[in-house]
Amino acid sequence: MPNIMDSLYNMRLLDDLARKETFIHNIHPLAKLLTTVVYLAVVVSFGRYEIVSLLPFIFYSVVLFALGDLPVAPILKRVLLAGPFIIGIGILNPCFDRQVMEVGGIAVSRGWATFFSLLLKCVLTVTAALILIATTGVDKLAGALRMLKVPRLFVLQFLLTYRYISVLTEEVARMWRAYSLRAPAQRGIHRSVWGSFAGQLVLRTFERAQHVYQAMCLRGFAGEYHTGGCGGLKAGDLVYLAGWVLFFALARVYNIPMLIGLMVTGVGR
Amino acid sequence: MSHHKLEVKDLHYAYPDGHQAVSGISFLIRHGESVGIIGANGAGKSTLLMLIMGVLFPDRGEVCVGDIPVTKKTLPMIRQRLGMVFQDPDDQLFMTTVYDDVAFGPRNYKLDEKEVEKRALHALDLVGITDLKDRAPFKLSGGEKRAAAIATVLSMQPDVLVLDEPTAALDPRSRRRVMGLLQGFEHTKIVTSHDLDMILEICRRTIVLKNGEVTADGPTREILLNPELMESCGLELPLALQNCPVCGTGK
Repeated sequence: MPNIMDSLYNMRLLDDLARKETFIHNIHPLAKLLTTVVYLAVVVSFGRYEIVSLLPFIFYSVVLFALGDLPVAPILKRVLLAGPFIIGIGILNPCFDRQVMEVGGIAVSRGWATFFSLLLKCVLTVTAALILIATTGVDKLAGALRMLKVPRLFVLQFLLTYRYISVLTEEVARMWRAYSLRAPAQRGIHRSVWGSFAGQLVLRTFERAQHVYQAMCLRGFAGEYHTGGCGGLKAGDLVYLAGWVLFFALARVYNIPMLIGLMVTGVGR
Repeated sequence: MSHHKLEVKDLHYAYPDGHQAVSGISFLIRHGESVGIIGANGAGKSTLLMLIMGVLFPDRGEVCVGDIPVTKKTLPMIRQRLGMVFQDPDDQLFMTTVYDDVAFGPRNYKLDEKEVEKRALHALDLVGITDLKDRAPFKLSGGEKRAAAIATVLSMQPDVLVLDEPTAALDPRSRRRVMGLLQGFEHTKIVTSHDLDMILEICRRTIVLKNGEVTADGPTREILLNPELMESCGLELPLALQNCPVCGTGK
C-alpha cells in the first residue's frame, strides 16, 4: 500500500504504450479487436486435456510483443494478477481427477493436465487482452466497439469505469497519505477507522466523479463519448486480420508441435 | 451586441440541507467586460458560477445569456457559448492525451474531425502548449495543467469565459503566465478568486458577494481600494496596495 502512487503510475502504463507509433499500433482498432476475439474463441475452444496444441498460440503474443515494441515484464506482471483466480478455480482438479494419461511418453495425472491447460489458456487470453489495450488504447477500442454496433450504453459504461478507476485510486492515495503521516508507527489502517475510511472514500469519490461529470457536461457531453473517427478499414488491416485468422485455424485443426516433431525426428516416414 | 450579454436576475438558491447560498443576486455583464467576483469563503461564489452555467437551477429568478434564459432545454446552446474552467484542472482533464481532452468539447458538438483538429490546435497554440499535445494530462505540471484546462474550453470557441480560481495553487511564474493569457483574450470574462492582485490587474469591474448577496458592484480600483468595504466582507486590500513590509510606507 505505501507505493500506491507507483501503482497509479503503473496503471497508466497501458495508456502510454497505446500512444506508440509502430506497425501494430497503426493497424485499424477494429481489425485488432476482431483478431483478438477470434484468438480468444479459438484458445478457449480447446479441450481440457490439451496442452501441447495450445503452444503455437504463444507465437501470436511473441510476434505482437516484438512488432508492437511492448515491454514484456510489466505486461506479464499484470497477467500474474489473474493467476490467483485461475489457481483458485483449478487447484482442486488434481485431487478429483486422478486418472493417468500419457503426454509425450510421460504418465501424468489427468487432473494436473486440466490444471496446466487452464493455466495456459488463462495466460494466453489475458496476455492477448492486455496486448490489445496496449497497442490500441481504450478510447480507440471503444470506437471499434461502436463500429460493431455495440450499444452506446455498454461502451460508455466501459469507458467511464476505466476512467473512474484512476479517480478512485487517486482518492485512496490521498487519504492513505494523510492517514499514514499522522500514524507513522502503524502498518496498514487500524480496524477502528475502517468504517469511516471506507465511508469517506465513497463520499469523496462520488464528489470527484460528480465534478468530472459536470466538467464533461459543460463541454457538451450528452451521453455519447466521441473519441474521434477511426476511419475505414484499409487493405493492410484486412490482410492482418485474415493472416492471423488463417494461422489460428491451422493451429486449431493441425497439432503443429506434433507435426514439427514428426518432421524433425522423421518418425512419420 | 445584445446577444453577448449575460444577465442575472434576482437569483435565489438554497441547498437541499436548507443552507441559503444565494439570495437575490442581480447584475448585467456586457460584451467584452472582464468581471471579478470576490468574497470570503462561503459567500456564494461557486454556487453562483454553478447557477450561471446551468449545473444548478435557481429556486427563484433567472440567468439569461443574450436573450435566452438558462433552462434544461437551452443548456446545449448555452454551454457552447459559456466556457467554464474549473478550479481543479484534474476535474477537467480526464482523457488519455491533452489533445483528446481539448478535442472533447468540439467532438461532442459533432463537428467534422478536420474542424475539431483545427480548433484543438488553435486552442493549444493560444495557450502556448502545442508541444504538449500528445502528453498524458496527469504528467503535466500545475501550470501546464491549468493552461490545458483553459485550452479545453477555448476549443469550443465560447463567447464568455468563466474561470473559477484560475491562479490557485500556481507558482509565481505560472501565475503570471496564466494572467498574461487571460489578459490576451478578448472574450467576456467572469473570474472568481481570492487572488485580489490578479483581479486588480485583469478585471475592470468587480462584484463583491457576502452571505449570498451583492454587497458592491463597480470599478475594480474603487472597490479594492476601499478598506472598510473589504474589511466588512472578510477580505483585505490587495497585497500590492498594502504597506511595504520593509519600509512601512504605502504605495
